[in-house]
Amino acid sequence: MNGNPLLHVSRLVKTFDITGGFLDQLVWRHGRLRRKKTIVRAVTDVSLDIMEGETVSVVGESGCGKSTLARMVMGVYPPDSGAIHFRGERLDNLPPHRLRTYRTKMQMVFQDPYASLNPRMSVRAILEEPVRFHNKGISSNEIKDRVAQTMLQVGVDPGWMDRYPHEFSGGQRQRISIARALVVDPEFITADEPIAALDVSIQAQILNLLMDAQEQRRLTYLFISHDLSVVRHISNRVAVMYLGTLCELADTEILFHEPRHPYTKALLSAIPRLGRKGFSHMKIEGEVPTPIDLPSGCVFHTRCPHASSQCSEEIPRPILLGNGSTVACHRVADGSI
Amino acid sequence: MEALLEVKDLTVTFDLRRQHLTAVNRVSFCLSRGERLGIVGESGAGKSVTGFAILNLVSKPGRIMHGSIRFDGRELASLSEEELRTIRGSRISMIFQDPMMTLNPVLTIGTQMMETLLAHQDVSKVEARDKAIAVLRKVHIASPERRLLQYPHEFSGGMRQRIVIAIALLTGPALIIADEPTTALDVTIQAEIMDLLLRLCESEKMGLILITHDLAVVSQVTETIAVMYAGRLMEMGSTDFIIRTPQHPYTRGLLAALPQSGKGRRRLSQIPGVMPSLMNIPAGCPFSDRCSRCEAICRREVPSLLLKQSGCLAACHLLD
Repeated sequence: MNGNPLLHVSRLVKTFDITGGFLDQLVWRHGRLRRKKTIVRAVTDVSLDIMEGETVSVVGESGCGKSTLARMVMGVYPPDSGAIHFRGERLDNLPPHRLRTYRTKMQMVFQDPYASLNPRMSVRAILEEPVRFHNKGISSNEIKDRVAQTMLQVGVDPGWMDRYPHEFSGGQRQRISIARALVVDPEFITADEPIAALDVSIQAQILNLLMDAQEQRRLTYLFISHDLSVVRHISNRVAVMYLGTLCELADTEILFHEPRHPYTKALLSAIPRLGRKGFSHMKIEGEVPTPIDLPSGCVFHTRCPHASSQCSEEIPRPILLGNGSTVACHRVADGSI
Repeated sequence: MEALLEVKDLTVTFDLRRQHLTAVNRVSFCLSRGERLGIVGESGAGKSVTGFAILNLVSKPGRIMHGSIRFDGRELASLSEEELRTIRGSRISMIFQDPMMTLNPVLTIGTQMMETLLAHQDVSKVEARDKAIAVLRKVHIASPERRLLQYPHEFSGGMRQRIVIAIALLTGPALIIADEPTTALDVTIQAEIMDLLLRLCESEKMGLILITHDLAVVSQVTETIAVMYAGRLMEMGSTDFIIRTPQHPYTRGLLAALPQSGKGRRRLSQIPGVMPSLMNIPAGCPFSDRCSRCEAICRREVPSLLLKQSGCLAACHLLD
């Protein structure tokens, strides 16, 4: 990859304090009553570059921090530390009024089209509001044209502009929420599980729509998904996350053909395959530990078949391999796997 | 060999104030002992209602309009509630998508497991406990003696689903109906659970009806597939054959819409439109509105499920 990245995310960290009320915090330890905080480490030290016009997917199991990462990129959650640069300008410390110009450039599509559209607003109101907000002084006719054009592009009949979200099917609703993102002419879209709530035949329609829009408008996507075959289909590069850390980042085909990180291998082997008989997935011991008490060293070492003593002590740094993949694993680094 | 389960012309309707909706429309299929059948379709296709109807669990305003369900030589549709209880949860077990729907959050796993056994079999409490421990081992729950004393919230999602499978296995059923058992779980856990279920079916010679929207999972687990659409069976036959050479335009469309590995980043083939709601199913073939090959006859007559040249059953006018 050459040139400057459109989005540059470096060493992002996000924790959530889920400590309850005062009484919940009290624990008896070493013969004394103490206060204890409960901290969830959602994202730990994640760095990522996204080039213009590319689709980067983040995959991982529930609770791995992929949605938190997406929300930090979009400015929904402020990161605890680390930096987010968009076209070279740092976003995470901008005051809200200066962030506003970036809101038109960066848009988001959510998973649940039932929850992400206001049921009391007509489609017209949903789509016109962002245009009016971001283009002060625009004429009503212009707004109307833009909304109608965008609706056509996403395949919703502009004649239905005055209907309400509940009058549409799930797939249509997801088209409307994509239209809401497109209507302000963004350069970058974060899509958080945009097709997970839809049926198979509708999923294909929405994926095609996203890919067409990308081609026509030179969009850049950050795509969050747990569906690995979908990710393989639409992404240029894939990042695999586990317990808030980035395990591996590679070109899609390289990742699917020669995964290097032990977790990536296990994850890919578990994808259901059409026409295969039975299961031959790589078994990994146990279950994902809680992000409240992260394992020391490499977060995957408690379940990794290749773990050594180094893995339980030292946090692995991401290293760049010859094929362009980035992997955070001591055993890959020392060449033993 | 005599069939374990024979469903014939099963029709389930929901009587609403204004109209009758037919959620399952003349569905027939057979399952032999130890056979694994996958019922696939999109949401609203009637696959879950079919599963519920087998156990006569369709709740009001739904009811089984007509059709027969023969299980092990007995007609389930005509059994009294009392007699049904000897089959439900004992000879036929059901596994649901959300394990918390099955598990009672205020009782320990042990209580719930023993309760199931004591209700269905003439065993002592000690025997029931031993049996529960043995079954928990079968589903790979470590230190089951200790686990029996824990509550559902103390287990992870994957473990809960394994406990639900254990409860389903307790009475040694001949048939398990699993309704989207892994949809709420992550892929690695899904692989574990489906692998476990498949192995148990094989070792215990249990029949399985797997209800899911995931064609890939069905292809890995089942021997027969039934494809449902708007309450009707569209195609049924051997899993290998249908996955490799689907005949019905709907099945073809579904399979073609799946992202295939290694094909690169191209447009997916898509089925236009959405499945009609049960309130306005088109006359004729329910798929006719979305079918690229639709002809005049498709809009006039409902195709019946017939044995086609391919060796599979399909409901389509255009197939020989």
